[in-house]
Amino acid sequence: MAYVIIGTCINDSACVEVCPVDCIHPRPDEQGYASADMLWVDPEVCIDCNACAEACPIDAVMPAHKLPPELSRYEQINADFARESRS
Amino acid sequence: MTQGSDPLRVAIVGAGPSGQYAAVELLQRCHHAEVDLFDRTPTIGGLVRYGVSPDHAARRKVSDVSERMALSSGRFRFHGNVEIGTDLTHSQLSEHFHAVIYASGASSDRRLEIPGEDLPGCHAATAFVGWYNGHPDHADQSFNLDCERAVVIGNGNVALDVARMLLLSPEQLAKSDMADHAIEALRESRVREVVVLGRRGPAQAAFTAPELLELGQLSGVDVSVEGAAISDAPSSLRERLIQELQESPDTGQERRLVLRFLCSPLEISGNGKVERVRVAHNQLIADSTGTLRAQADGESSAIDCGLLFRSIGYRALPLPGLPFDEQRAVLPNAGGRVQTEAQQMLTGTYVTGWLKRGPSGVIGSNKQCARETVSALLEDWQQGRLTTPLGDLRELLQSSVPSAIDYAAWKRIDRSERQLGRDANRPRVKFTTRPSLLSAASR
Repeated sequence: MAYVIIGTCINDSACVEVCPVDCIHPRPDEQGYASADMLWVDPEVCIDCNACAEACPIDAVMPAHKLPPELSRYEQINADFARESRS
Repeated sequence: MTQGSDPLRVAIVGAGPSGQYAAVELLQRCHHAEVDLFDRTPTIGGLVRYGVSPDHAARRKVSDVSERMALSSGRFRFHGNVEIGTDLTHSQLSEHFHAVIYASGASSDRRLEIPGEDLPGCHAATAFVGWYNGHPDHADQSFNLDCERAVVIGNGNVALDVARMLLLSPEQLAKSDMADHAIEALRESRVREVVVLGRRGPAQAAFTAPELLELGQLSGVDVSVEGAAISDAPSSLRERLIQELQESPDTGQERRLVLRFLCSPLEISGNGKVERVRVAHNQLIADSTGTLRAQADGESSAIDCGLLFRSIGYRALPLPGLPFDEQRAVLPNAGGRVQTEAQQMLTGTYVTGWLKRGPSGVIGSNKQCARETVSALLEDWQQGRLTTPLGDLRELLQSSVPSAIDYAAWKRIDRSERQLGRDANRPRVKFTTRPSLLSAASR
């Protein structure tokens, strides 16, 4: 299980600043931040610490198991973004 | 700080996301900083209150969080209902502060520049957005909702906001924080189809993925995609989502949203009001840099509609007493330091947000933008480049802008709106005129 960023994300990046394992991208200093539709959590790196969820000003991060059905697709979307960024 | 324990006094003009991010950044990074935030409305929030659509109200919370962060410094004041450039001049403001940061955004929009644009029934999307969100400047507007089809020109998220607000059911709107006058008007709306026009293809559209994903989940609305060739290998999530919408079956819903690509408006016409728009059909041609551009293929067709919105971009307006880059519609600046056309620095004058970089990015993009501007300001402060303020701001406000309201007054508005919302099972019920806002402010 990992945390998942949902579509309400406004790219505030408060989550990026508090993440202890640097698993949220694109960081403001990374290429792609300016044009990013949303930020995403790399599920292979996330350690479920909840820091991002506490930092997010609009509650746009949550553990995957708490995603309501209409948002469940964001688990895959976060994972896809992470995979694409590695390739 | 090199300036001893003297406070660094900064005015920020505009209480939207860029002004709020600048205030928080400044207050957190410099413990000598004192911030006076000005807004021409009696409210805090800017486009978070008046732009973000009512069905995305979760995003409005960012404004509450910024407010709390600014307030907890104990060095933050708000002056609502004060327009800089009218109620107070830039030089009056400058004299009373070490620095002024302009964060007043882009309140106007780009025109289509085609015949018929001034016919009744043709509007700026921004005016409709301001109207349904209860902006006091737009409370008196009216829109022809007595027609079956509306057309929205533009391929950004605002175009989709407008389309959703026209197509959501009255029940969905009634539980949102949409302005009451808009809920009432839309309840009687006969609009059943909204066509969103893009001059290029799905791969070039500026809709973000979450907004596209949401379209596929709209209840009571069928979404179709026209004019776009299905790509064998969509290269982005956005494209994949548009393809999914294209492949989604028609379920016979009463309301319909059409994303129509590869056509440009040529002329709006009708007998004294908007009745149709003629569009040129385009093909994509790569230019010398490889960028795909729309080129008319010689064909054209007409779309009947009684309402038309242009949604091709926000545009900032020049501010009295300050330079302006007409081409880019920004306050000319170097990393947030305002400069004249001759690239001379205007000491103590800064800019952030859309007025600095043009209308791009999402709410949070303004945080990094504010960070750069605040860094420039703090460097100038440390280098002793800023001029010590003269005069008492309170005296100036009392004599020049007696109708200004303070933070406590804004909170009275905010609390009243939330209370009315609780009573009606809605996030809030907005006051939508200056008199009603000011009356709530004084209770």
